[in-house]
Amino acid sequence: MSPPLLDVEDLSLEFRTRQGVVRALEQVSFGIGPGETVGLVGESGSGKSATAYAIMGILDRAARVTAGRAVFRGVDLIGESESRRREYRGRELSMIFQSPRTALNPIRPVGAQIADALRRHAGLGRAAARRRAIELLDRVQIPDAERRSHAYPFELSGGMCQRVLIALAVAGKPALLIADEPTTGLDVSTQAAILDLIRELAAGGGMATLLITHDLAVVAERCDRIVVMHAGHVVEAAPRSRLFTTPRHPYTARLIASTPRPGTKLRDLVPVPGTVPDLRGVLPPCRYRTRCERAVDACDEPPLPRIIPAPGELVACRRPL
Amino acid sequence: MTALLDARGLAKRFAMRGAGGWLHAVDDVSLAIAPGECVGLVGESGCGKSTLVRLLTRLTDHDDGRILFDGHDIGAIPAARFARTPQRALIQMVFQDPVDSLNPRFTAFDAIADPIRRLGTRESRASLHDRVRELADLVGLPLELLGRFPHQLSGGQQQRVGIARAIALSPKLLVLDEPTSALDVSVQAVILHLLADLRGRLGMSYLFVSHDLSVVRLLSDRVLVMYLGRIIEHGRVDQVFDRPAHPYTRALVSAAPVLEPSARRPRLRLSGEVLSAIDPPPDVCRFFGRCPEGYDRCGREAPNLRAVDGGDHAAACHLIGGAVLT
Amino acid sequence: MSRDRYLRHARHVLAENPVTLVASALLLVLVLLALAGPWLAPHDPLVTDTALKLDPPSWRHWFGTDQIGRDILSRVIVAARLDLAIAVSAVAISFALGSLGGACAGFFGGWADRIVTRISDTIMAFPLFVLAMGIVAALGNTIANIVIATAIINLPFYARMARGEANVRRQAGYVDAARLAGNSPARVLAAHVFPNCLPPMMVQASLNLGWAILNAAALSFIGLGVRPPTPEWGIMVAEGAAFIVSGEWWIALFPGLALMLAVFCFNLLGDGLRDLIDPRRRT
Repeated sequence: MSPPLLDVEDLSLEFRTRQGVVRALEQVSFGIGPGETVGLVGESGSGKSATAYAIMGILDRAARVTAGRAVFRGVDLIGESESRRREYRGRELSMIFQSPRTALNPIRPVGAQIADALRRHAGLGRAAARRRAIELLDRVQIPDAERRSHAYPFELSGGMCQRVLIALAVAGKPALLIADEPTTGLDVSTQAAILDLIRELAAGGGMATLLITHDLAVVAERCDRIVVMHAGHVVEAAPRSRLFTTPRHPYTARLIASTPRPGTKLRDLVPVPGTVPDLRGVLPPCRYRTRCERAVDACDEPPLPRIIPAPGELVACRRPL
Repeated sequence: MTALLDARGLAKRFAMRGAGGWLHAVDDVSLAIAPGECVGLVGESGCGKSTLVRLLTRLTDHDDGRILFDGHDIGAIPAARFARTPQRALIQMVFQDPVDSLNPRFTAFDAIADPIRRLGTRESRASLHDRVRELADLVGLPLELLGRFPHQLSGGQQQRVGIARAIALSPKLLVLDEPTSALDVSVQAVILHLLADLRGRLGMSYLFVSHDLSVVRLLSDRVLVMYLGRIIEHGRVDQVFDRPAHPYTRALVSAAPVLEPSARRPRLRLSGEVLSAIDPPPDVCRFFGRCPEGYDRCGREAPNLRAVDGGDHAAACHLIGGAVLT
Repeated sequence: MSRDRYLRHARHVLAENPVTLVASALLLVLVLLALAGPWLAPHDPLVTDTALKLDPPSWRHWFGTDQIGRDILSRVIVAARLDLAIAVSAVAISFALGSLGGACAGFFGGWADRIVTRISDTIMAFPLFVLAMGIVAALGNTIANIVIATAIINLPFYARMARGEANVRRQAGYVDAARLAGNSPARVLAAHVFPNCLPPMMVQASLNLGWAILNAAALSFIGLGVRPPTPEWGIMVAEGAAFIVSGEWWIALFPGLALMLAVFCFNLLGDGLRDLIDPRRRT
């Protein structure tokens, strides 16, 4: 396997809050190869967005990386200075978020916003930036791009706004695009269209994608490899084909069992027992332990076990399925 | 069997300021829900399902049509005065966003007690505390949480409060407006089980509105598909989802992400823009222009619902029965 | 149960924010002065002693004496009652009427909105202080009329706020839920929407108290409303202003300081009050 484009190693992160220290991430490790599409799934509070923010270096001020690295093309982004990170952001490393309309400036036409970014990052002149902005809008399949470039965000649908943001994100021809819940809240057909667009852009530009979502079905359809997170830990990582046919971590299996599928009935839908543990208190080495039906006494002993069955795969369990 | 809810020819139009014209949010919609039945309603944003829900729950007045509930014409009373009718208690709703639909100043107890205080009989008001505790038990809400405010509860707990409030007066029809879309998948599973259980136990009918087709499928007996203010297909869930007759339904089903690779369908891409719902030409199929199939007739005549392969499956498309080539 | 939690929350808020603590302490002092002023004052505020006139601050008279020999400290203390009473009454009246009218306007729209907005616009068309002067001049030069005038010019402030808050909340899910639960539109406004409009308005009300005190003092300063020998901070500053040039700074300074502290106190109190009232800030 070629050297990974992004290699996250043992990333640990905590937030200082009024109610105590929240250990949001602990020893998170996974890699993304060039051109690969990796899905990062987990329920709310699993730490998937925190991981992305840590990689991009846009964490909240209350957050502190306590250990680990995020090595992108040989450079540890976590250890770098902010000015260095800014050189990567928007160019080789790019991110899009949920709620696209709120990410855009409401009082500026979308074409102008893209042109602004191009003039800042690519140093283009005004006319050249305008032309390239329209080209980019066209590339993200916005019909009638020239006319649409004069539109304000409130005049565009959610799906269109997301396309504008994708245009902004791919303007610098990034090697890695991080998409944090890009289609949550959008219609089913818009969602499919946006994800199709991302896939086409990725294929065309050799771009790798980290797709963050809580929707298992989405990663099942679109990702080469999937990383499953629970309460700040990576519990399993596996290629798509293997993950759904033979999940190894009990949580993965339960997550799959609780996702509605066309063939199954309601009685087959089994929820994951218990609740996500409070990340402020004292936690056992395996944070799924309190919810796991396969737990044994050995599960209370540190360290968190990590089995690597094959390159790029991981199971963090003492008694995998 | 007489339907519990029988709506015919419902329409709602909104005046467009500035540009002029009328937005046809709901256009000639008819539907029926039998006692004890769960009917799903799917459609994407802008299809009018939110407006339809507001019409059926009598939060808004309709412009045309008639709504019969248990034989009573509930459309005759204006929405502002509907709170005083005996039918108010019988049609209730669970909302999508629990944060938005719970009064931040009301404790869980107050929220659940409100309908009983307003519409309950004297006896039920006398035994208010007992009733609220009973409801909390029914929905699986731990009793010690009753004194909490919404922001002190988790999403799943908030939704349970919303459900308890909605069933407090033993309604016959419960409208569920995307009840689980704001919840994690695991909590969703629990809430869906709860809803199925309650329906059986309390003998309610459901109108289950959702954009998530797999979830609708789990709970519903029949399903209606809406597009631009109209119902363009309806039938049993297995009929509509496994053998969709309308091109839009087919595209929708193919777009929904599916866990099993074997169950996946080839993606039907929709090109072109959605037609405007403002003063739509009455003689053109609403889907014309975006439809992967489109014939002259589609641009000249709006299709009516017609039966597909017998039974109650119907779709509004000229292509059904090969009648298009005229 | 909830009363105990309320007190705990109040303690938490005060501990959290030292500014609120200071402002609350100041408020307590002011209220104390207002309630017990006459008994706390070392001398009778109305007694004159021309032999002692224009005496600078001394051990007998901490704030000195004014031009007819009255003890300034006593007058400042006793004036607290009048000033606070005027401010609180004026704000209470304008808060009550303004927020009610504004909430109806924002919630119901239609003619309620039109009426309230017209009244509001009419009031705001005038420079407010001039309008207050005009009202007092028209109704008569009494303290009650200062209260009325201050309340009137303050109405649009609350009406506008309440209208905005009610308008936004009208769309909220819990309003629909309340209607489904059988609340009539009036009840929805009274029991559901209006209480939720209050927290943001409490901050404004507190800031408003500071402004109301200044407004009352300003009207008295120019000779409206309060007549001598009534002790009131504004009129005392007016009386003392004439003497600053000749070196008797204490006559105007101390009532001025008192005014300043009072306004300060109310302004700082605004956020603390909101934290106390808004359940969302509770943990």
